Amino acid sequence: MKFTYLAAASAAALVVASAAKAEDMTIVSWGGAYSASQQNAYHEPYMEKNPEVNIINDESSAEAVAKLRAMAEAGNVTWDVVDVVAADAIRLCDEGLAMEIDPDTMLAPAPDGTPASEDFGDLLVSDCFIPQIVYSTTFGYRTDVAEWNGNEPDDICDVFDLENFPGTRSLEKRPINNVEWALLCDGVAAEDVYDVLSTEEGVDRALAKLDTIKDSVIWWSAGAETPQRLADGEAVIGSTYNGRLFSVIEEQNQPVKMLWDWQVFDLDGWIIPAGLSEERKKRALDYIYFATDTQRLADQAKYISYGPARKSSAPLVGKHAELGIEMAPHMPTDPNNAKNTLLYNYEWWADNRDDLDAKFQVWLTQ
Amino acid sequence: MSETTAQDGPMLAADGTPLKVSLQRALRRQKLRAVFLIAPLLAFIVITFVMPIADMLYRSVENSIVPDTLPRTVAALEDWDATSGEMPPEEVFAAMHADLVIAEEKKIHTRVGSRLNYETPGISSLFRKTGRRADRMDEGNYREQFLDIDKDWGDVEVWATIKRYSGTVTAGYFLNAVDAELTAEGVQMKDEDERIYLYLLWRTMLLSTLITLACAVLGYPIAFLLANLPLRTSNLLMILVLLPFWTSLLVRTSSWIVLLQQQGVLNDTLVSLGIVGDQDRLELMYNQTGTIIAMTHILLPFMILPLYSVMKTISPSYVRAAKSLGATDWTAFWKIYFPNSLPGIGAGAVLVFILAIGYYITPELVGGTSGIFISNRIAYHISSSLHWGLAAALGVILLSVILIFYYVYDKIVGIDNVKLG
Repeated sequence: MKFTYLAAASAAALVVASAAKAEDMTIVSWGGAYSASQQNAYHEPYMEKNPEVNIINDESSAEAVAKLRAMAEAGNVTWDVVDVVAADAIRLCDEGLAMEIDPDTMLAPAPDGTPASEDFGDLLVSDCFIPQIVYSTTFGYRTDVAEWNGNEPDDICDVFDLENFPGTRSLEKRPINNVEWALLCDGVAAEDVYDVLSTEEGVDRALAKLDTIKDSVIWWSAGAETPQRLADGEAVIGSTYNGRLFSVIEEQNQPVKMLWDWQVFDLDGWIIPAGLSEERKKRALDYIYFATDTQRLADQAKYISYGPARKSSAPLVGKHAELGIEMAPHMPTDPNNAKNTLLYNYEWWADNRDDLDAKFQVWLTQ
Repeated sequence: MSETTAQDGPMLAADGTPLKVSLQRALRRQKLRAVFLIAPLLAFIVITFVMPIADMLYRSVENSIVPDTLPRTVAALEDWDATSGEMPPEEVFAAMHADLVIAEEKKIHTRVGSRLNYETPGISSLFRKTGRRADRMDEGNYREQFLDIDKDWGDVEVWATIKRYSGTVTAGYFLNAVDAELTAEGVQMKDEDERIYLYLLWRTMLLSTLITLACAVLGYPIAFLLANLPLRTSNLLMILVLLPFWTSLLVRTSSWIVLLQQQGVLNDTLVSLGIVGDQDRLELMYNQTGTIIAMTHILLPFMILPLYSVMKTISPSYVRAAKSLGATDWTAFWKIYFPNSLPGIGAGAVLVFILAIGYYITPELVGGTSGIFISNRIAYHISSSLHWGLAAALGVILLSVILIFYYVYDKIVGIDNVKLG
């Protein structure tokens, strides 16, 4: 008797638990400090406003395209909102795996009434993409390298200069950005970089330039590796996302400085997977409307040094939530940092990525 | 006895049915019950293990995307001779237009583009570009309009590729996986500077063999000690063997990074002892050395445990008997003990080698570029480049290598001699 009572009680508890789960919303992002900033700036205020919704964080953005493809093939999309870089958003949109977004009806206008399409402007690089932040891939270097005789690199080409700046470099294990920097330092003008890369000789030229430092390079595939290596002293200079370097410099007080020269801008934002049920789609859109309004985007910049994608958010960016330092000078978009910038060519990379990746991988193994 | 032989017909059971039938019925019921008992496990294995793997392996030859997406073009291309060097006729372009309009609507034109791009670079962008404008084309004279969008449509090689890969199955992925390609002149090896997979496969085998050898050399004395020390001491030693075994793979790998990197513990110690100069610290990480050291450490328990369980069963009286007959320590070990422990080495070696050949996390973290395995390329194609066909083909090759290895091993050593415990 007692047993049946217990069983009935636990069955009831299960029903209650699953009823509470009816409003689960899975949001996929990159993890680490970045997910934390979204949790603070978007998820928590949203859940406060909508107590029936429970946001579940998934940290699979690095494999989002592959996983969404597999989900679409299996006919069971389990994600509601996904954070991806612009290039992945373009790919997903082209393949019909992401929903098309009409910015003016589906996104909040700026406080002064400017429609979203104008407020985001050029950053709406794909019909399915809702930009969130501008980040950049840039270099950090150690300030205590004895062999540099007190010099500090101030030019991207110092990365390729083993004579004046000896030591191990940490570069990303893929061609994007690396070949652009190599060509810039091989004397190609910034506006010609993609024209040169479009020829076979151009690619060979970039790889030849990279060859000059290949023996001193350790390659990274996760954004956290360079900060770790800089902190360990394993590398003396290395590329990564600017937010990661910010946390090494400001939050962990390591002897590291930023080299903003020729930082490469990129965008990160939301997509909504295609093929959601009406109900889930509605909720995802409601979340997106809330999470990408002017104030929310400015709030995120309190937790991480990435520039908000809305023009109207920029003046609202304030101080770091815990450190209390002004965030504006740490943004990649700050005029002092953005003297030389490269906006990387999405379309060119969408078309040539497969070929160049293959070539680069062979070059790496040789 | 004489009564039964006197009976006509078969022997009957108590209920009158022939004994043979009754026995069969009882046995069948038993068999059914046995099948019924293992049915959940069988279903579980088939659904979660066999089917996904078979499906993934099927992708290594599957090519239905081309005939499914471009059915009209494929049909129209049938009469066109790829070796003639002439552009296909107008009907082919019209068919391609009709296919592209539908494909663009379903947003699958980029997928077929990516598929063909694996064979001839540049086709992917051709399909992207043309797909965007396909539904805005005027009727008639499609050839000119296609050439207007991109002059590459005039390239015979593009059309030859479509024709060559218009079947529902293809050997293309397998050819790619062994650094070859199908050209107009038949199967050919790729250019020297594009070959990568055979070399990687070779390196995987070589490093796995080295790791297996290192494990055997390091593991043998430990297993010997474990089997021969008094129980109290050997238990302690066993814990030392098992403790790392229970620690997460990632933790162990990252500890090796801390130890081996150039500014790491080992190098710092060597420098402070004055054995190496500060300028020429050893490169123990992000190369093959790193992979071999870390993987030997991680796979060592898989060698020690089977060795130990075999050595435990070797009676000490064998060695004692040999010695009493005048054998030296070495002769007693080499002639008596070692041959008895061979099944353990065999089991450990098979286990370590097969595990090593499919490893990818450790090489990815500590292998740099010269210490990565073929599995790293498979992982890369599954999750980054999304080239699933090639990944599946590489997987099939890796699986076959292991099966061949297993077969050869069975022929030489005999799998029955392998003892895991």
